[in-house]
Amino acid sequence: MPKYDINVNGITKSVDVAEDTPLLWVLRDHLDLLGTKYGCGIAQCGACTVHLDGNAVRSCSLPIASVAGQKITTIEGLSEDGGHPVQQAWKEVDVPQCGYCQAGQIMTASAFLDKNPNPTSAEIKTAMHGNICRCASYTRIHKAVEIAATKIG
Amino acid sequence: MSTSSITFNRRSFIRTSSLASGGLLIGFNLFTACKPKVQPPVDISQLNFNDFNAFIKIADNGAVTIFSPNPEIGQGVKTAMPMLIAEELDVAWKNVYVQQGILDTENYTRQLAGGSQSIRLGWEPLRQTGATARQMLVNAAAAKWGVDPSECTTSEGVITNAKGETLGYGDVVKEAAALEVPENVTLKKPKDFKVIGTDAPNVDIDKIITGKPLFGLDYKVEGMVYASVLRPPAFGKILDSYDDTKAKAMPGVLDVIRIGEKAKELSKEGVGNWTVTLGKSDKVVVIAKTTWEALKAKEAISATWVDDSTLESTEFQDKQLLGLLDGKEFKTLRKDGDINKAFSQADKILERTYESPFLPHNCMEPMNFFANITDEKIHLVGPVQTPEFAATAVAGMLGRDVKDVHLEMTRMGGGFGRRLYGDFVYEVAEIANAVKKPVKLVFSREDDMTAGTYRPAIKYRIKAAIRDGKVSAYHLKEAAIGGNMYGLIPNFFPAGAIENYQVDVANYQSNITTGAWRAPYTNFLAFAEQSFFDELAETMEVDRIQLRLDLLEKVKGTTDERIEYSPERMQNVIKVAVDKSGWGKKADGIYQGFAAYYCHNSHVAEVADVEIENGMPVVKKVTCVVDCGIVVNPLGAKNQIEGGVIDGVGHAMYGDLTFMEGQPQSQNYDKYRLIRMGEIPVVESHLIQNEIAPTGLGEPTLPPAGAAVANALKAATGNRFTQQPFSKFPELMQVPAKAIIG
Repeated sequence: MPKYDINVNGITKSVDVAEDTPLLWVLRDHLDLLGTKYGCGIAQCGACTVHLDGNAVRSCSLPIASVAGQKITTIEGLSEDGGHPVQQAWKEVDVPQCGYCQAGQIMTASAFLDKNPNPTSAEIKTAMHGNICRCASYTRIHKAVEIAATKIG
Repeated sequence: MSTSSITFNRRSFIRTSSLASGGLLIGFNLFTACKPKVQPPVDISQLNFNDFNAFIKIADNGAVTIFSPNPEIGQGVKTAMPMLIAEELDVAWKNVYVQQGILDTENYTRQLAGGSQSIRLGWEPLRQTGATARQMLVNAAAAKWGVDPSECTTSEGVITNAKGETLGYGDVVKEAAALEVPENVTLKKPKDFKVIGTDAPNVDIDKIITGKPLFGLDYKVEGMVYASVLRPPAFGKILDSYDDTKAKAMPGVLDVIRIGEKAKELSKEGVGNWTVTLGKSDKVVVIAKTTWEALKAKEAISATWVDDSTLESTEFQDKQLLGLLDGKEFKTLRKDGDINKAFSQADKILERTYESPFLPHNCMEPMNFFANITDEKIHLVGPVQTPEFAATAVAGMLGRDVKDVHLEMTRMGGGFGRRLYGDFVYEVAEIANAVKKPVKLVFSREDDMTAGTYRPAIKYRIKAAIRDGKVSAYHLKEAAIGGNMYGLIPNFFPAGAIENYQVDVANYQSNITTGAWRAPYTNFLAFAEQSFFDELAETMEVDRIQLRLDLLEKVKGTTDERIEYSPERMQNVIKVAVDKSGWGKKADGIYQGFAAYYCHNSHVAEVADVEIENGMPVVKKVTCVVDCGIVVNPLGAKNQIEGGVIDGVGHAMYGDLTFMEGQPQSQNYDKYRLIRMGEIPVVESHLIQNEIAPTGLGEPTLPPAGAAVANALKAATGNRFTQQPFSKFPELMQVPAKAIIG
């Protein structure tokens, strides 16, 4: 099997996997980075969201061969200790119910706020529309993104 | 009215012991029907829960650890249940560390998550436990000082005597552990609560926001392999043969095996408690080094399936259910007076039929479980709402002693009823038993949606008689797939309010597996009945709120013990909802719909506001008023309310699983619509303040949401929705020209 060098959370790691292996499973099964979640496998739910060169992407649908040479950030690498403004806002609002989708929500929100630190409510709704929360903690997700924006902006 | 009370003998549910490491260990039984025999272990490392299903550990330095025994599925019990202990123990909540307990398969009956009952049943015993521990610590301090315990007070883990001297809990735990367990302790009055009623964030919040492994899918051990299971493509088909040549040649694949033999044991009496085996077919399992390799190789197996029973389609099932409603074969669950006589004497009769589809649970974390089976031990780890049933069934199917089973519960990425059924535990047990390796079974999303224990498709037909301006008869008929409403549901409102009242049920046994889904039966029954009451008010030309209030008035003072809802509390939530929602006072262009419902021991009223955007009705806001008694954790409670309401709106609007020749027609989120951020209403929640013992919140706000929306859509469009999901009927969403102008 081919060998790939990938840069995850600032560290270059070498993995030996089939070229079509989705980044999600490389992170979870090969690198033990379990914060990125499997939800649907077809880029429809957002649970697997990570940053690729600062953009929010669905790692379940990104073959490992397509990410070489790019900077990957997972929830584990978003901050040292949960201190990113988006993580802090999530804590302040007490967003989670079951909590499973929240890493993906946080990764989508943080990439979005990097590009648009002063969003309108409608822009938040559009940005977060791709991430499903089955517990429907959407009201709090929306509020947390607003609060994070005030911390960042 | 009947309210279940919890009685227990304190001696049998609290035991204490010193810890070898210093500190005090208090073991307690959360619920009744326990059979405690064994003393709690002195060494914390020996903690095996064979006697007590929950523990409080107080260290020398005063730090408090509470082991929470019930599974956490997002309903917040891992936070709220320990809060009850901390309140009476009189410690600061910020100093309490909560840890998930493991399963005791032998001695306990309710270590499960379901029915919104954890807080209601834990209210008394958990506070008693905290109060007993506190009293023992006080007694130990008083003995040390040589004063009477009644002279001592406590606050945030510190004991103070009349002279103002203080001792921390940690200073006296050793002595306390040697004392008799006091028989009579006084519980705090609600006005003295310091922890209960305060906002406590989710105890796992830091782990969740930093992506720490918490869930079943995150559990890993050295040498673990992954399993992916190929199940029949349609309900009614069973496995004939398969060719695994291609799959076996794929990278990472270790083995391909056939399972099903052991699962047959589950159908034997006494083995599979509450089992859903998802059909009797054998299954093909790919064992691989990684999840992806297992899932991918499964696609490469070519299997031949044969028809074993009818391959049902939605159209066929609809005919069956309507046939049942038109027929005469019913089981009567409640009968008051004589409905036939009342119908024959009626001035007017209203009859409506309401129809609901199957729904998959769609937990965000797909079904999965870990097993490692050796001659010594059956080690099971993962997300399951009913760990006891799963452990017992696994032991039974493998012909093993249940004492060999060691089951650890992980945090669950949603439950909604799906994880009440242990099919995935039985599957992984059979696999692990065969491969003799630690193995993790992982469902793909497609596996999860197509091998479900679905909310059954149900149809209700409701008929009411009106005579002299009053509702003189009410006849509810249910035709359901798989099972029927149960317990006290037939005694919910309007039972007791209408003289001639009857509930009849009929059932079609399909081969499609069905089960509990958040607020079982009431999740659709509330929609049917609360839609019907709106139509009834329109037919009677009376105010829709007043009609409900008047009917509730008749239930006051009832001596019927089956009636567990409170007409007073129901009337109150209705009145508060009317007030808070601005009912009847909204500007033109805002169309409101009302619904009120009692289930899972809580009373709820909701008002949905619909506005017209781009010519289409949109649910903009839901005002939700809840009376669930004392609110333990308002922060968590409001999260449950917001989630329950949006879940109810979402499934009423979009949720739909149809079948074609036994095959589910949606297999993933590209063809199954769940509500998303852009579609949510604002949820304004109001909790009634009172001093009544608390009841559950995981389910009760969902059922009325669909009816509130349907009633608001009627106001906006003039059209009545009797079938879910509403989005399936775009023609009814057409807004009359006057509404667009308005």
